[in-house]
Amino acid sequence: MNDAPKTTIGTITVAEPVFSCRNVDVYYGDKHAIKNVNIDIGRKQVLAMIGPSGCGKSTFLRCLNRMNDTIVGARVEGNITLDGQDIHDKQQDVVQLRARVGMVFQKPNPFPKSIYENVAYGPRIHGLAANRGELDEIVNQSLRRAGLWEEVKDRLNQPGTSLSGGQQQRLCIARTIAVNPEVILMDEPCSALDPIATARIEDLIDELRESYAICIVTHSMQQAARVSQRTAYFHLGDLVEVGDTNLIFTNPQAKLTEDYITGRFG
Amino acid sequence: MSSTNRTAAETQALVTRSLARRYRAERRFRFYGLTAVLAGLVFVVFLFGTIFAQGLSVFQQSYVKIEVFYDPEIIDPAGTRNPDDLVTADYQALVRASLKARFPEIEGRRDLRELYGLVSSAASIELQQRITSDPSAIGTRETRWVLADDTVDMLIKGRVARNAPEDERRLSDQQVNWIAALERDGALALRFNRAFFSNGDSRDPEQAGVRGALIGSLLTLFITLVLSFPIGVGAAVYLEEFAPRNRLTDIIEVNINNLAAVPSIVFGLLGLAMFIGFFGLPRSAPLVGGFVLTLLTLPTIIIASRAALKAVPPSIREAALGMGASRLQMVAHHVLPLAVPGMLTGAIIGMARALGESAPLLMIGMVAFIVEVPQGVFDPATALPVQVFLWSDLPERGFIERTSGAIIVLLLFLLVMNATAVLLRNKFEKRW
Ligand SMILES: Nc1ncnc2c1ncn2[C@@H]1O[C@H](COP(=O)(O)OP(=O)(O)OP(=O)(O)O)[C@@H](O)[C@H]1O
Ligand SMILES: [Mg+2]
Repeated sequence: MNDAPKTTIGTITVAEPVFSCRNVDVYYGDKHAIKNVNIDIGRKQVLAMIGPSGCGKSTFLRCLNRMNDTIVGARVEGNITLDGQDIHDKQQDVVQLRARVGMVFQKPNPFPKSIYENVAYGPRIHGLAANRGELDEIVNQSLRRAGLWEEVKDRLNQPGTSLSGGQQQRLCIARTIAVNPEVILMDEPCSALDPIATARIEDLIDELRESYAICIVTHSMQQAARVSQRTAYFHLGDLVEVGDTNLIFTNPQAKLTEDYITGRFG
Repeated sequence: MSSTNRTAAETQALVTRSLARRYRAERRFRFYGLTAVLAGLVFVVFLFGTIFAQGLSVFQQSYVKIEVFYDPEIIDPAGTRNPDDLVTADYQALVRASLKARFPEIEGRRDLRELYGLVSSAASIELQQRITSDPSAIGTRETRWVLADDTVDMLIKGRVARNAPEDERRLSDQQVNWIAALERDGALALRFNRAFFSNGDSRDPEQAGVRGALIGSLLTLFITLVLSFPIGVGAAVYLEEFAPRNRLTDIIEVNINNLAAVPSIVFGLLGLAMFIGFFGLPRSAPLVGGFVLTLLTLPTIIIASRAALKAVPPSIREAALGMGASRLQMVAHHVLPLAVPGMLTGAIIGMARALGESAPLLMIGMVAFIVEVPQGVFDPATALPVQVFLWSDLPERGFIERTSGAIIVLLLFLLVMNATAVLLRNKFEKRW
């Protein structure tokens, strides 16, 4: 076992980074889950994170909106900046950070409230709508952009949990974009969905890329290849290789990456 | 291993053999369970059976119909209608006069005393209230049903046999005959027992009622609920959602769990020392009772509320935090609404326990003999279980019936309280 952090192969920097992560380490108690990761995340593009199960993709993703703060015993070290500002800074309010960095989880987790309330919740707590009319407009638009409007426009008052899995996931996406974040983090958003629902979400990601930076964790090589512009390959807490998705999938530099994407691993 | 090269048929045979064993075990287990449930049912039926057999009769009481003449000569000989005189007038004499008029043949002081003994002393008090509230009735005649004495009541209800030897009952043979005569006239009958629901405690069984204890219990439980639910839920939310996990909170947690197991009488002693001894609050007051029962129910509510909070799926918390909700918003908007049903369950259990407690109330003096129905949380009062305890100790037959009657009222109270809580809980649960 080689526990020393490896140096990342590929280009970790981008021209116009939203996020810039330097020397990031994450520990769960004694367990070193993320080892000295350096990576930039670019505006208006999709970064796919791939790697075998347990390699730390979710852990790294949760660093970006400080969801690891909520885990007892988790410790994040290193420097992560959002638009040049340290997100661990005393000045940085975690509530505000999460309003700027939205998150979609692996399992759809709508609130046990109505569809309308699910989407309206974020704008409401952040005070984004001056009146009911504006709120209605935000809900309407978010649902449209998430491609869910046609399916739910007649049942906005029904519980969000009454939707199908794929609809629920799109509801969660609508909920996230309702607060107009700068970055959207997605942790295996399609793992519980059938191919049709998956395709819809992939289309959606493609559209959302026009306005947001997106980080997506996925176990599907095809999905990574389809939706992302850059890909990062993690292995046992190391960021092994990062680069243009085309390059990674056609000409991986690291042996580990090659093994993984050709299916010889995991 | 031989198991690796078994044929499919051999494996099948083995499975079939083990199946029979499994089914046998299951049947046995079901039998044990059923026996346990049946045994429990038998006890419950027996318990309720005896209580209802003893106590249901309390809802009816023997009343005697008398023709009263509100004789101005007796009530107000001076004719001044002075309220003070009206209060102190000899109403007993009115009752006696009407009984005497019903049985003109009875003479002699001993016999007359026996005759007058058929009617409760409550009758004259009733007439007094009648006149003081409406003096214009003086000089008129009226038919009234007044309480019979408890010995008469027991005879009417068949708790004492009419043909028993005279020295084995508290009524003489001639009294029994008069009773029979009154019954023939329809002037002595069982009617709905108002007194039981409108009176406080009394030394006379026929006048003793549960109202004092019922109101006392209501006031006490009101204080308990108002204090213990918010404090308990607040403590649970803080401990579960906000408190740092460290040694101190561990110690607090262990202590709360231990508190739930502390015998209730200890809380009574604590209440006596603290609320009455130190803060100088009045003895026997529902306020202090409520404080003591709050101490008693808090651990239950805290433990149940924490369990309810723990049961809220983490995905909901993540969703809320991920949307940028603050911790408080996450708790208030998402976690609490989901946890409220569980918290209500805790409150039901806690309040039910509080309702049935008597030991801690004895310690703070809610066991006194109190005739007046309490008007507020500072008035001396008893509580239903304490009333049961008090009455169960008294020798008169009428109190045996009242003990069971009070238990029935207590059970009904419990039923109403739990039904309300269950309805509330369902309402919250039905949200989604
Ligand atoms: N809350 C936690 N406490 C302790 N260890 C954790 C915790 N969460 C994750 N880990 C450990 O950190 C490592 C990385 O976990 P992570 O969830 O980030 O993996 P992942 O790459 O997302 O895996 P998957 O593809 O299966 O989702 C794993 O070894 C895991 O056991
Ligand atoms: Mg993961």
